[in-house]
Amino acid sequence: MDKKVRIYSTPTCPFCIRAKQYLKDNNIAFEDIDVSANQQAVEEMVAKSGQMGVPVLDIGGDIIVGFDREKIKEALGL
Amino acid sequence: MHDLIIIGAGPAGITAAVYAARKRLNLLVVTRDIGGQTAYSGEVTNYTGYQFISGPELAAKFEEHLRKFEIELKEGEEALEITKRGDKVLVKTAKGLYEARSAIIASGKCSRELGVPGEKEFKNRGLTYCVTCDGPLFSGKKVAVIGGGNSALDAAVQLMRIARQVYLINNTAALSGDEVMQDKVRAAANAEILNNARVSAILGDKMVKSIRIKRNGREETLEVEGVFVEAGLIPNSRFAPGIERNEMGEIKVSSRNETSVPGIFAAGDVTDVTEKQIIIAAGEGAKAALSAFKYLMQHKFQ
Repeated sequence: MDKKVRIYSTPTCPFCIRAKQYLKDNNIAFEDIDVSANQQAVEEMVAKSGQMGVPVLDIGGDIIVGFDREKIKEALGL
Repeated sequence: MHDLIIIGAGPAGITAAVYAARKRLNLLVVTRDIGGQTAYSGEVTNYTGYQFISGPELAAKFEEHLRKFEIELKEGEEALEITKRGDKVLVKTAKGLYEARSAIIASGKCSRELGVPGEKEFKNRGLTYCVTCDGPLFSGKKVAVIGGGNSALDAAVQLMRIARQVYLINNTAALSGDEVMQDKVRAAANAEILNNARVSAILGDKMVKSIRIKRNGREETLEVEGVFVEAGLIPNSRFAPGIERNEMGEIKVSSRNETSVPGIFAAGDVTDVTEKQIIIAAGEGAKAALSAFKYLMQHKFQ
């Protein structure tokens, strides 16, 4: 698994917490970007996903909005 | 064949699961998410034992308690239909059909939509139903909260700390939520309450730019980048058409959490129990599990 995984999240969003737990459970290393503390990251997330809801996952360039387990699995090749 | 299927994993469903697990029932929990509305609540100050805890933290504690037991848990699976055939309860989801001798419906409530032009188009493009999730994205911006009850006040209080300006758009003559919360909103320099105001459209291009409201018979446009819909809740009971419900769609239950169908119980916000509170939902979940246990022990299955 060489895909770079990033997650745009806020500390309080339940689906962000679940998405991160899912990655951890599957031993996937990821970069967690807290958009609540970083306006530039918000803009980056909006530019990538075309929307403002969290979480957004960037899995090697595949953009997944929300905790969509099936899409995450597919993008990671699990 | 399971002894019991629990639909939902909010305070009611999780508490029911903990009680049922301690009775050593063969148990399956089918749920869209974990924590239910609690996971989306801002501050919780009335759950006994916790003078202050955030919604997500309390939900995490519920989940931790649930996971102490070896319970079969299907997360991300929404119940599509519940029926009774003979002595069996059948629960259908998008992924499978599950059988049990009894069931507890604890599917809670979900946000009511406004039903105005632009709402669907701008969902997640500035319009959201979850202030706890998406609120932090609106740092320094102008936002509107639609609603006048406790969840709207909770949203406004959270946003006052984040946004530049918060408009509370309430369609009645006065707010209806907690006095303490109302006072907090009134005292804030960056919050404004607009009573007798009704949202008629959400406007923008790629993202929300403004909303149109009708106030005291006059149309006006408010420039906002965020719209937080907190216009009440509807019960998640559509998958249970064979079970008696009240005019609001809430499942009718007896004081023992029995529904109109023997062997199917219900608990928490999806029911017609008076008052929707985390602690009440949890208590009802415990009652429902004990009632289901009694049913399983006393009923003669074919």
